Amino acid sequence: MPPPTPRAGTPTPALDSDGNPVITTSGLTKVYRSRGREVTALDGVDLHVREGEVYGVIGQSGAGKSSLIRCVNLLERPTSGTVTVAGQDLTALAGRGPRAGRELRQARSRIGMVFQHFNLLSTRTVQDNVELPLEILGTSGKERSRKALELLDLVGLADKAKSYPAQLSGGQKQRVGIARALAGDPKVLLSDEATSALDPETTRSILQLLRDLNRQLGLTVLLITHEMDVVKSICDSAALMEQGRIVESGTVSELLATPDSELAAALFPVDGEAEGEDSTVVDVTFQGEAATQPVISQLARTYNIDISILGAAIDTVGGLQVGRMRIELPGQYEDNVVPIGFLREQGLQIDVVGQERPALVQEGAK
Amino acid sequence: MTWSQMQPLLSQACWDTLYMVGWSTLIAVVGGLPLGVLLVLTDRGGLLQNVVANKVIGQIVNVARSMPFIILMVALMNFTRSITGTTIGREAAIVPLAIGAIPFFARLVETAVREVDGGLVEAVQSMGGNTWTVVRKVLVPESLPSLISSTTTTIVALIGYSAMAGTVGAGGLGDIAIRYGYQRFETDLMWITVAILAVVISVIQFAGDFAARSLHRRGGRSGPAPKLRLLKAGVSSPAADVSKVA
Ligand SMILES: Nc1ncnc2c1ncn2[C@@H]1O[C@H](COP(=O)(O)OP(=O)(O)OP(=O)(O)O)[C@@H](O)[C@H]1O
Ligand SMILES: [Mg+2]
Repeated sequence: MPPPTPRAGTPTPALDSDGNPVITTSGLTKVYRSRGREVTALDGVDLHVREGEVYGVIGQSGAGKSSLIRCVNLLERPTSGTVTVAGQDLTALAGRGPRAGRELRQARSRIGMVFQHFNLLSTRTVQDNVELPLEILGTSGKERSRKALELLDLVGLADKAKSYPAQLSGGQKQRVGIARALAGDPKVLLSDEATSALDPETTRSILQLLRDLNRQLGLTVLLITHEMDVVKSICDSAALMEQGRIVESGTVSELLATPDSELAAALFPVDGEAEGEDSTVVDVTFQGEAATQPVISQLARTYNIDISILGAAIDTVGGLQVGRMRIELPGQYEDNVVPIGFLREQGLQIDVVGQERPALVQEGAK
Repeated sequence: MTWSQMQPLLSQACWDTLYMVGWSTLIAVVGGLPLGVLLVLTDRGGLLQNVVANKVIGQIVNVARSMPFIILMVALMNFTRSITGTTIGREAAIVPLAIGAIPFFARLVETAVREVDGGLVEAVQSMGGNTWTVVRKVLVPESLPSLISSTTTTIVALIGYSAMAGTVGAGGLGDIAIRYGYQRFETDLMWITVAILAVVISVIQFAGDFAARSLHRRGGRSGPAPKLRLLKAGVSSPAADVSKVA
């Protein structure tokens, strides 16, 4: 299979945001050089995260996800390309030396970040950890503790203010990490595998918290993960990274509407084996209210064909109701052009399974 | 020698030793702490990466550390005189003691600071903190238990060196041991000196360990508890069966 070409996401009305890009990277490249060896971790990444959305970047280990998110607040200096956050070109603020100048530090203080391993100071209480960004901002002591307690309340840890991180569970530590990230009133929250050190149950509660914060505070969240379930449960948009490149991106509904989208297939798999040899297998995807039931039976009646349903599922992806059905039509693809056209006319998304992957069809048809 | 004769000698000697060790520890900490932190910061990949500075500081520290104390004392004689106006007595002994202890302590600081999790540094950077913030809010507080242990080690080493300083008339317990124990065969007095030294060292070591441990217990680990990482925790989707509908 040839490498998929990047598909840029366009704003859709499905998302209630004004579509302003709040994080933009263009041509972002990062090459690590160590002892003569070069590793290209990012290879021309163009990312557009719109205001108020939860954007997930998914990819395998070593794909460059961490490099990407660390380049967004310039913890890692990009080799080339630009990063713009909330209208500010951070790469221009970075200066030449390895040290972050004043302006870049100020910009960073308006970008929250949560980490896989929480990175809480063990010698400070929970409250003092949350106060740390405010100390850096120079907020007065009284205001600091008011704000910290308010944030701890927001993440549901008001009663743990005086505890030390060592006395908390992983999920509680991450809540502290999130409260701390919010202390500077950021517009943007970056999350590098925030749930990867947590069990599935705790993962769900942390994701729910991020979702709530996204809704309540209008916070834009850029998160990276290697778990499809994370994308599935909270992301409005997603991008798939492979070897330092974004190979697919867009809103969840765009992705689901994209034929052959790897992300869509992974987000929402349907399977089912073709039964007959001489048949065409079609995946029908419908979103929202689109009703398939009358369509399928109408199809059967109109063209007088036997349709077998090989598999089907309904799920919620990124807050959207999505259904997928794999059906089998008798006859070769050529014989079914008209019925397939009919389905497309009904506003359903149709992927003919194996049309572009003949090898797979042969195997499936055996 | 009777106890009433020994007692004023011993209490004066104890006082002199504590005086020398106290001041030189203070100076060693004040000088060695920044030096040790600087060794970490200027190292490759550090926040103030500067390979040349790192090599130079490292080399000076190494040479100063490996210098035998007796030689350091003699070599620094002119320097000592220019500071204290004399080369004998306890004030004069503080100068070589402190200068010998600074690189010793700096290396211990370096080791302690290196132990601090880089993720914490990154967290503070992501909040907009600068290098000084990182030092003040992360490197020093997070390595405090180790720094306290390092101070204890330094104090104990300085007690040993201060006994040598006694041989050049700095007073203190080492001086007593040499003058009375060695030159006048007052073995009783010498053994009492040894006992006092043993007690002093034990008390300091105990106090230092206790302080380091209680700080450590309060803080504890900040990393995640080692959890079983479920590989591809594929939570199966609550897939409703649509085929019935069709
Ligand atoms: N500081 C570094 N020096 C050299 N190479 C690095 C450095 N950081 C990352 N790399 C390399 O860059 C590539 C991308 O790494 P990155 O950490 O961004 O991947 P990732 O997608 O976050 O992976 P994971 O899911 O395992 O965290 C890898 O090949 C990695 O070895
Ligand atoms: Mg990573």
